[in-house]
Parts: sequence; structure tokens; C-alpha cells
Amino acid sequence: MQTLLRKKASQAGTKALDFKTWGPFLALIALMVLGTALNTSFLSEGNIANILTRCAFIGIIAIGATFVITAGGIDLSVGAMAAVISGVMIILMNALMTVFDSASLIIACGIAASLVLGLLAGAVNGLVTTRGKIEAFIVTLGTMGIFRSLVTYFADGGTLSLDFSIRGAYRPFYYGEVLGIPVPVLVFAVVALAGWVILNRTAFGRHCRAIGSNEAVARYSAVQVNRVKTLTYIVQGLCVSLATIIYVPRLGSASSSTGVLWELEAIAAVIIGGTVLKGGSGRIGGTVIGAIMLTMIGNILNLTDLISNYLNGAVQGVIIIVAVWLQRGGWKNKG
Amino acid sequence: MMSGQAATAADQTRATVKSEAGSIPLLSARHISKSFGEIQVLFGIDFDVCAGEVHALIGENGAGKSTLMKILSGYHQPSSGKLLQNGTEIVLPPDGQAEDLGIVLIHQEFNLAEQLSVEENIFLGREIRKGWFVDRAEMRRQTEDILAHLRVDISADMIVQDLSVSQKQFVEIARALSRQARVLIMDEPTAVLTPDETAAFFEQIRALRAAGTGIVLISHKLDEVKELADRVTVLRDGHQIITTPARDLSEDDMARHMVGRDLSDMFPPKNEPDYDAPKVLEVQNLHVEGELDHISFDLRKGEILGFAGLIGSGRSALFESIIGLKQRDGGTVRLNGEAISFTSLDQARDRGISYLTKDRKGQGLLLNAGLRINLTLFALKQFERRGLIDETAEEEALERAVRRFDIRVRDRSVDVGALSGGNQQKLLLGKVLEIDPDILIVDEPTRGIDVGTKQQIYNFIAALAAEGKSIVLISSEMPEIIGMSHRVAVMRSGHLTGILSGDDIEEHEIMRYATGLKGTSPASAKGGNSH
Repeated sequence: MQTLLRKKASQAGTKALDFKTWGPFLALIALMVLGTALNTSFLSEGNIANILTRCAFIGIIAIGATFVITAGGIDLSVGAMAAVISGVMIILMNALMTVFDSASLIIACGIAASLVLGLLAGAVNGLVTTRGKIEAFIVTLGTMGIFRSLVTYFADGGTLSLDFSIRGAYRPFYYGEVLGIPVPVLVFAVVALAGWVILNRTAFGRHCRAIGSNEAVARYSAVQVNRVKTLTYIVQGLCVSLATIIYVPRLGSASSSTGVLWELEAIAAVIIGGTVLKGGSGRIGGTVIGAIMLTMIGNILNLTDLISNYLNGAVQGVIIIVAVWLQRGGWKNKG
Repeated sequence: MMSGQAATAADQTRATVKSEAGSIPLLSARHISKSFGEIQVLFGIDFDVCAGEVHALIGENGAGKSTLMKILSGYHQPSSGKLLQNGTEIVLPPDGQAEDLGIVLIHQEFNLAEQLSVEENIFLGREIRKGWFVDRAEMRRQTEDILAHLRVDISADMIVQDLSVSQKQFVEIARALSRQARVLIMDEPTAVLTPDETAAFFEQIRALRAAGTGIVLISHKLDEVKELADRVTVLRDGHQIITTPARDLSEDDMARHMVGRDLSDMFPPKNEPDYDAPKVLEVQNLHVEGELDHISFDLRKGEILGFAGLIGSGRSALFESIIGLKQRDGGTVRLNGEAISFTSLDQARDRGISYLTKDRKGQGLLLNAGLRINLTLFALKQFERRGLIDETAEEEALERAVRRFDIRVRDRSVDVGALSGGNQQKLLLGKVLEIDPDILIVDEPTRGIDVGTKQQIYNFIAALAAEGKSIVLISSEMPEIIGMSHRVAVMRSGHLTGILSGDDIEEHEIMRYATGLKGTSPASAKGGNSH
């Protein structure tokens, strides 16, 4: 009887594990096959590099969101946070032109400011949530409004533009390549790899999962719940800074419409990747695939006349719902 | 409704397990077997319950009680065998719809909507309507009728989350009654009740029985079974061992049938207490506003200090305030002579104090995570190598714990929620012992687990004390307190009313302190301290 039990349990175990791990990957392959079928240039090196570069912003932010969501939280403020950090970076770097001559020094200051701001914004979200005992949804809804209106205020309702003399020096952060790989893709890869190691191989990652799974159990297991939760928002804030650092040289400007809906795209990438929204299980690999898929949908629609590009959001919406339905095993218990 | 032919056939096959009344059972199971996949968990069980009887179903964890109970209430379908209601063969509808047929299962974890009122809960899903709207007046009237009938002090508009555990239990029963339950199946109804509440609860059960309800009672408390049940069925490993009138079985008989061996020595022998052993923990005037009133006691090395008292007397709160899970408003705590004031549990852990929570599922284990994750969560620091978790070391720790604590698990990759209560408890014990603590606080360590596992846990605790660890044993089970402790501290509504040792450790004496007949009165304890 014991062996029979073992056999059954392990079968069930591997089955569930396989689909959860490979599901998003299979969906990505399916999407790529579809893309190639619709337009042969889809698989060209240039197009793939384009997709990966464009998905890097959302992807990097989504890596941070994976931590927050795994620990049972949510951060709605990331899009607005990216906008306000971009704005402050541009204002600061333009102002520093009168102080320093060296463009690289000015850019370094901009980057440092971005990291500090991301860290602070994340700490605010985390501390208000944990110390104030207010739901993360409410806190980050509030900070989203604050950040969004701050960037509008800084830009005086218009657009903040980076001075052209700095733009040239800053350009490689988005348009440059290292060993033939676009810089944003490289940053995305490094962040994803670091995120995977931290979530899966460190005590901090294990604590995130424990808190998301059952906060009371975590507390009774000597996990410093408030500290870990706050740290997830700081990780999220730093990820937003990194995304912003490579985003600013892309357009060289920031306005009230910068980063709109990024928070929802980041959350969508996390969910498509198989992380459970109510916390407890996080999948960095899935998040990476989720971010790529979201960008790829828009790309495929661009390459084909089959569906209007205006329906991009609709297709993304359908994909998100189908992905979660598949993960929950909705196809198994039909009728 | 009832077919005479079927009834005769049923009576014949049922001859061996027939109730004393000889009436047709309200609900009976014939040769029920159940397999999950390839695993058979029930083997040809015959079980029935008649009008006006309490039929107790007992057995160790994993004996198949829950499965049988779920088959009797339609949550599972039997693999073979059949069910008869009033002598007529019946297939019970799934998901609790059998309630419409008068068969109600009250789960151990209540199925109540916490934010709704008592009345709303009682009529949830079958609200009385008047046109498009619910007929609140009628529902209110019926609810009040039922509550009055139960003679419980709950009003219809109280919100369920504000009720005590026993009041919730009564709401569940009221809900069952409102559904005209003929058969009431209850899974360990007294596990979370205080002795007073249990007594009140028994009174209700007797009233229900007198009114002709058939009651199936699952319990680990054999004294209660002895007191309440008319018949007893013992299951072991999915087999029906015996079904007999309760008066024919002593508690020892029941225990022996359950485990298939003698349990004469439930508790390991106590080692001699060493009154000169150093004090490892000294608590003085510990105070938490509104909860704990200036409590002082010492814990010696190698000692098992029992904490007796009724549920809610503040024992858990006392130790939570010592180990940093709860803020304290005054008093000093010395650990090996040094004053300490922990603000979070990790500080207590790093000083060698472990706490085994009484709420295994809510605070103890991550039910949807694996054994390894759960085992090492408390002691995770020890498994870090250069900032990364050493999974090989974790696996080795799990291997050791499975052997040391006899955790019987089919497959180590299953989620902890799939383990039986006894195995979960042993895993939880392994988890808090992973740091090799000097002081171990165990809170209701044998709640809801079977006799065999209880005995194992008693042995672990006694062995730890013999090794020189200091143990605090918080328990509401009197035999456990008496059988294990060197000294017994008794608490009553936030006061420590007395500390007993030697021959004073005896049931009636402890009860006198626990109920306030003896010991420091709250007024005098307060008078001695100002703040």
C-alpha cells in the first residue's frame, strides 16, 4: 500500500509541476510559431532583438513585481514611479550641466539619483504598508496618484526634455550593444538571473514565499515579516530605477504620459508566468517569458494586417485570461 | 418513501451491527469500500445510525474516519457498497447537498461566513424570499426560535467573527437544525471547547438525541465517547475492528482496539526533578494590560513545567509576550540570569528558545508547501552557506527528522497539507527542534492527534527534558499535565493562581486553582503592584 501511495502521489506531483513550469514556455513557442507563419521576417535577428529590447522595461519591473506578489503584496505605483524618476533624472541632469563639464559625470549623478529615488519610493510603499497596517493595494494606489501628479507638476503639464548635449553621451544605455547584445537585453538578463537566485536560493526568497503562503506561519517561524515585506517593495523600487535608467535615453524626455499602464503590464507578465496573484509561489523564469509574450503580441500585430494594431490590448487581455485558466487546470474539470 | 422489501433485506444484512432499538436506521452504510486511485482506504465497512442514538466513530489518524464521514454525507462517493436512508438505497448528492436530505456534516473547521450575522449564516444559500427580496422578519423569527430551543446566549444579529469558538459551534448546530437535520455528523466537536462549554454542548447533544436525531460523533477524547455515546465503532487502517454498545467497552478497551496494542503506559516515567538545577528562565511581574496580571514564575534546567488552565486563561499570551510575539507592558524576564526583552521571535530563537504553536494549521505549517521547506523555515539561518540556502543540507535534515520523529509519509514531495494530523504535528515538532533549543515551549502539543502519536510525542518531550532541556508544557488535557509535569502552574483569566508540585499535582487540586476556588484572588494580586 505504501508503494502504491508513493507512486500515485509522485505521478500527480510531476504532472502538476511540468505544466506549471513549462506551460508559459510552450505558450511562448506557440506564439512564435504563429508569428513566423504570419510573417517570415518575424524570426529575423533584427526583429527578435527589437522584441527583447522593447520588453526589457516591463520585464525588469516585472522581476521586482514577482517578489512583491510572491510575498502576498501588490505594487500599483510602478508606472507612475518610473515617470517621476525619469522626470527628476532629467531635471537633475539638465541642472548639473552648469556645475560639471563632463557628460559622463552628469549621467553618473543621474543614475545614482535614480537608484536612490527608487529605493526611497519602494521604502515608502513598504513601510506605509507594513508599519501603517494598510493594504498594499490602497497604499500603492495612493502613491501612484502622488507620483503621477508630481511628474505632471514638475513638467508643468508638458514635457521634460533632456538637454541634447547629454543625450548623445547617454544614448548607448539604450541603443548600445555589448558583444552584439543590446544593452537593455543584457540588463534584463542580469536582473532576471539575480532575481532567480535571490528568490530560489536565498533565505530572503524563501521568506517571501512563506509570507505569501501564510503570514501567520511565517511570523511564528521567526521570519521578520515586516522587514521582508518592506524589502520586496525596495527590490521593486530598484527594479523600476534600473528600467528608468535605460528608458530615459530612449526618448530623452518624460511627461505625465510616461509609463502609463506599466504597472498592469508588469503584473500581467508576472501572472502569465505562473506566479499566483495571492502569493506564496513565484516564478522568475515565467515572468521573463510573460514579459516577452506581451511585447511579442504587439509585434506580431504590427507585422500582420490580420488584426488591427489597435486591438493589441484586447489580444493581450485574452492571452492573460487564457493563460491563468490553463494554469488553474480549468481545462481539466470541464462540466 | 420507504420500500418494505429493501428494509427487510437491509435488516438481514445488518443483523451483526444492529442497534439495540432494532428500528430501521436513519442512515446506514453497507460494505462500503473506498479507494483513491490505487490506494484502498476503507475495506467493507458496515455503519449505521438510528434515530435517537449517538454513534461514536473512533480510530487513530489515518484510520479512515474522515473518509467514512465524507461518504456518509455525500462529499465522497463509495467505490463499492451502498448507502441506505430509512432503509431505501440512495446515492447522496455531492458538495453538501445531502443537507437537503437531512444529513448534515459539521466540519472541524467551521463553514461559517465570518463577516455575516448569525441569522445570515443560518439561512445562507437557502434564504427565505418574499418576491424579489429576502424575508428578514421570517428568518429572524425562525433563527430566534432555534437559538431559544438550543438555549444558547447568542442573538440573531451578532456577527460570527465576534463569537467565541463554542458559540460558533452552536451556530453550526443551529444551522443544521434549521435544515431539519435527521442525521448530524460531527467531526471532533469538542476539540476547541473548554470544559464548561463542553458540558453545555453535551447537554445540547443529549437534547437532540432525545428529540430523535441520529448523531455520528468523531472524537479523540475517549472519556467523552464513554460519557456520551450509545454505540461505538472502532476503525483501524481502514478496517472495521468492532461495533458495540458503548457500555461494553472501557476507555482502555477503546484505546487498545484503536492501536491494536496495549497502551498501559501512556506516559513515560518521570525523571526525578532536580530542585537545585539552575534557573534558566525567571519571570517577574510580567504584565500585559487587559490580558496578563503581574505573573511571576521560574523555569529550571531539565524540568517540565506544566501550564494548566482553561482555554483563554492567558497561557499562550504569557509565552508569546516572553518570546517577542506580543508586546508586554511591564515586568522582567531573565534568561540564564540576564534580563532580556525580545521584540521579535527571531531574537528568542537566536537565544535558544523554541515555541510550538497550538494552531498547527494556522500558525505552524505552510500547508501548501513541502516537508523540507516547512522543516527548515524556523532554523533557515543554519542552512545558509555564503548567503545561499544549502538544499543538500536541508534534505539531510529532513532525512534525519523523518527517522527521529517517525514521520510516516508516502512521498516526501507531497504538500504538508496532505499529511495526517499526527504526522503534521511530528513535523512541526521537528521544525521547532531543528535549532536544538535549550528551552522548548509546547502549546497543546497533542491537540487533535491519535493516541499512538500522542504517546510518541510524550516520549520525545520526556527525553528532551532528560537531556537537560527545559520544557514548558501548556495543555488543556488534564491527564497530559499530570502525567508529564514536574511542577504545574495554573492560570485563570490572566492570573497565575498557583504553582503545584509533588503530590499536589492532582486533578481536583488543579481544577480548584483553574476555576478560582483556590489561589491568589485577582484583587490581591493587583493590590501588590502599582504602575
